Amino acid sequence: MRDVAVIGAGLTRFGERWEHGLRELIAEAGMQAIMDANIESKDIQIVYGSTMASGRFVGQEHLAALLADQMGFKNVPAVRVENACASGGSAVRQGYIAVASGMYDIAVIGGVEKMTDVTTAEATTALGGAGDQEWELAQGITFPGLYALIANRHMHEYKTTEEQMASVAVKNHRNAIKNKYAQFHKEITIDEVLKSKIVSDPLKVLDCSPISDGAAVIVLAPLESAKKYNDTPIKIAASAQASDTLALADRDSLTELKATRLAGRDAYAKARLKPTDINVAEVHDCFTIAEILAMEDLDFYGKGKAAKAIEDGETEINGKISINTSGGLKGCGHPVGATGVKQIAEIVTQLRGEAGERQVAGAEVGLTHNVGGSGATAVVHILNRVN
Amino acid sequence: MERASASLWRRINERYNLVGNKCENCGRIYFPKRIVCRQCGRKTKMTETKLSGNGKVYAVTKIRVPAQAFKDSAPYTVAVVELEEGPRVEGHVVDAGNGEVKIGTKVHSVFRKMHADGEEGLIYYHFKFEPV
Repeated sequence: MRDVAVIGAGLTRFGERWEHGLRELIAEAGMQAIMDANIESKDIQIVYGSTMASGRFVGQEHLAALLADQMGFKNVPAVRVENACASGGSAVRQGYIAVASGMYDIAVIGGVEKMTDVTTAEATTALGGAGDQEWELAQGITFPGLYALIANRHMHEYKTTEEQMASVAVKNHRNAIKNKYAQFHKEITIDEVLKSKIVSDPLKVLDCSPISDGAAVIVLAPLESAKKYNDTPIKIAASAQASDTLALADRDSLTELKATRLAGRDAYAKARLKPTDINVAEVHDCFTIAEILAMEDLDFYGKGKAAKAIEDGETEINGKISINTSGGLKGCGHPVGATGVKQIAEIVTQLRGEAGERQVAGAEVGLTHNVGGSGATAVVHILNRVN
Repeated sequence: MERASASLWRRINERYNLVGNKCENCGRIYFPKRIVCRQCGRKTKMTETKLSGNGKVYAVTKIRVPAQAFKDSAPYTVAVVELEEGPRVEGHVVDAGNGEVKIGTKVHSVFRKMHADGEEGLIYYHFKFEPV
């Protein structure tokens, strides 16, 4: 196995991109990534395309070939990776394995979702497929419903409050204002979150990540030759992944995502780093309660301790640890298949020192955390600057 | 999505009668049924077992923004119920009257209509829970 680096990244603006279809989104992000990596289309040897439910959202399957085609990479092998909301992170990991193994030198990972072409009810149904179709979705248990059950239990076990959950959304909206690719550029208050429409008690609209269109693309190369393309390659120090039961009810605990716990610990061990070594992280805040769980299960805080720390501002940009500087899924938007790839792009931007107003001072080590379903998949990557 | 009847028919025993299974090797009870025991792997020895339907609410929410097929029945209360035999199951909680459904509320299973595929499609039946 050899070391792997990210040599390029590209994003579209996330949000309601009514003027663009799926193919325009991926081409826009792909072109940026290629320019950023300073490579030619002919250099690309393999493409991993991630989308959660393009078949459900726009009726299009066979996504990877379409992505390779639209990004202008002629005849390269192209493989779709689907792992619900963790499709992007899972695709990055497949690209990492392909390059680390020595089988391919240049791999492109492109994530995309086009969600606003269907109604909210249809989108809710499509996303419900990330849970257990026969025993959750078939009973009308939606995705926010599953996280609401987690929140209800977390509030019961750890006295977590609705205000603390709301503080996650407030922070991530504030960060998103400083990100030109983000869906929302509007500060919100705790009170606004608490008074927003209830989706599934106790979660309100402003506790939930939005329905979004968008794409993200990154380029990977062996670290040994990465400087040939890019002055500031970012090393992937660890790539880890774990799974768990698809149905929430089958888990031993509702208040811990065991897949996150396992993938996180595996990643720290592989990178020979501790949670306290991480300067900046993009964690999977599909709902505000999910960021609280992530902060605990990635060992940044003990169980039941994260909510207060977030409320106290410890996870603001340049706080004790800077969390979701992009705005996270909540503020930046959550085009499902693109999210895991976008997280890598944000950490690369931070570690290069190119994050502008939202730059974390002296960021050397970053982490990404991408969850599928209500926790049946978790993917964790650790990245660092190469000095 | 409209489904063929076989997809409902094969689950009748589980969805109507709350029949799960038990691994005779380790004693663990599963609902819904599994072919392979998560603890015993190739040593799995499953037999069917009917669950009592008695349990306690372990976590609960009221879903107000529904999935497509449930748009006429929102809001509805959904819980993770811990059955007295051990397994936790997800299900609707109905007929609570004015009583609050919360963690610890005792419930038992009842047989109810879940939803229908429009005016002429299949009708889906399912166990639900009601407070004792």
